Amino acid sequence: MSTPTRFPVPLTSVQATLLLVERNVITYRSAWKLFITGFLEPVFYLLSIGIGVGQLIETFEFNGRDIPYAEFVAPGMLAASAFNGALMDSCFNFFFKLKHLRLYDSVLATPVGTADVARGEVIWGQLRGGSYSAAFLVVMLALGYLHSWWALLALPAALLIGFAFSAVAMACTTWFTSWQDFEKVTLVQTPLFLFSATFFPVTAFDGWLRWVVECTPLYRGVVLCRELTTGAVSSASLVSVVYLLVMGAAGLYVVRRRLDSLLLT
Amino acid sequence: MPPTTTSTTRAPGDERLSTATAVRRMAPYWLTVSLRTWRGSVVSAFLAPVFYVVAMGVLLGGFIAEDPSRLEGAPDYLSFIVPGLVAGHAMQTAVADTSWPVFSNFKWNRVYDSMVATPITVRQVAFAHLFFVWLRVTVVCAIFDLVVAPFGVFGSWWGPFGALGAQSLTGLAFATLMYGYACRVESDAAFGVVFRLAIFPLFLFSGAFFPVSNLGAVGERVAQLTPLWHGVNLSRMLSLDTVDLSTAAINLAVLVGVSVLGGWWAVSGLERRMAR
Repeated sequence: MSTPTRFPVPLTSVQATLLLVERNVITYRSAWKLFITGFLEPVFYLLSIGIGVGQLIETFEFNGRDIPYAEFVAPGMLAASAFNGALMDSCFNFFFKLKHLRLYDSVLATPVGTADVARGEVIWGQLRGGSYSAAFLVVMLALGYLHSWWALLALPAALLIGFAFSAVAMACTTWFTSWQDFEKVTLVQTPLFLFSATFFPVTAFDGWLRWVVECTPLYRGVVLCRELTTGAVSSASLVSVVYLLVMGAAGLYVVRRRLDSLLLT
Repeated sequence: MPPTTTSTTRAPGDERLSTATAVRRMAPYWLTVSLRTWRGSVVSAFLAPVFYVVAMGVLLGGFIAEDPSRLEGAPDYLSFIVPGLVAGHAMQTAVADTSWPVFSNFKWNRVYDSMVATPITVRQVAFAHLFFVWLRVTVVCAIFDLVVAPFGVFGSWWGPFGALGAQSLTGLAFATLMYGYACRVESDAAFGVVFRLAIFPLFLFSGAFFPVSNLGAVGERVAQLTPLWHGVNLSRMLSLDTVDLSTAAINLAVLVGVSVLGGWWAVSGLERRMAR
């Protein structure tokens, strides 16, 4: 009865990270409609652009094979929706928690640290984004757009895209001061989305412009997904994987450093 | 000497304002708000649509055969998509300006409460707000039309003006509908759902990106029931100079009808909300 309470055992980093994930799961229970409808966006795009506009286009050549337009667009939509979802969660929601809810101030008063916050938010974003990507892949399968077993790897590829953009977007968000700053997000997001060879082949661009497009992270993601769903995987695909991994790791490192200086000093 | 023109129970100056006067008195407020916040929407209002024109119209359009019989009479895909995109943009600008901004005016920053603490009535507050949203949508569309004009997308010299009329009316119709909706929801989370389930599908399936006949016979009929299709179609016919009078009359009647009904829905919504 009177044994002195032990000094609290610090959480392992896995436990601490999962605590933050659990917090997000609980808050999203009341917004389940917003959660469920999230996956509809790429499906609407696929049906509209892929099928509606697809009737105006014959076929596109990809890696020496002619593929119907909808099959060409679908993997692009998969990548783009992972990208859009990551930005949504890691810019708007993260900013709201950081500046308005002051959620992390209270979180850091517990044994959870800044690195756990960064990892927890990214993992939650991937759980949410990954469930949308999985649902979208099922839609692609049902419409008969998948012809290769490599397509199974499209889910981890989508998660990788989400991870890379989440980490970098969170890092950028730590510098934002007001909601007006989100116009800068739109300024980067819209051109990346529209010009990353999602809707048309990269051959639409000439010379140096094509080189620029091929260096953008979303293009790497789109091409990776397209290679996987069409089964055109080669050693060149590894370039995209390494690119996105490095980008995500760098982002996470910066988020942690920034949270340290924002919240712990 | 007691005043002869007003009732003795009212102080002088407490008489009702005419709606025109009330709207004019609120103008400086809305002008100030616009001038202070336009930077926060300049990318989504002006730059993003231009990106869409270049990506979809020019680059994707480069892969689409120039066949007027498959593009509702448009000589190329760019001329086809631009009037639809502008009408869709009118809708999006209108609903963005009448969702969170309206909700916040009676829920968070309570600007409406301070307006109705003056001789201005609730009805006049709703009219004025809608009027300034309409003005903004029209300006945004006019600039959009001006930017795309050098691409040679208009079929005649009066095309841009007619198309602007159709786009502006489309904006008004959706502004009134969203305004009324915003007055009737309990939480702003409802906006996210309506944007995903209504606004975004409307934008994609109302004939802005492809002829609605590509949706099949049933899909085409359903698309033609949406107000946005009427806006897109009218905007496109006027822009390409391919006006079919009877279709144009139906398009116009639907847009005016929705605006009138929506106006009633918006005003009654705000009156109910402010009476609580």
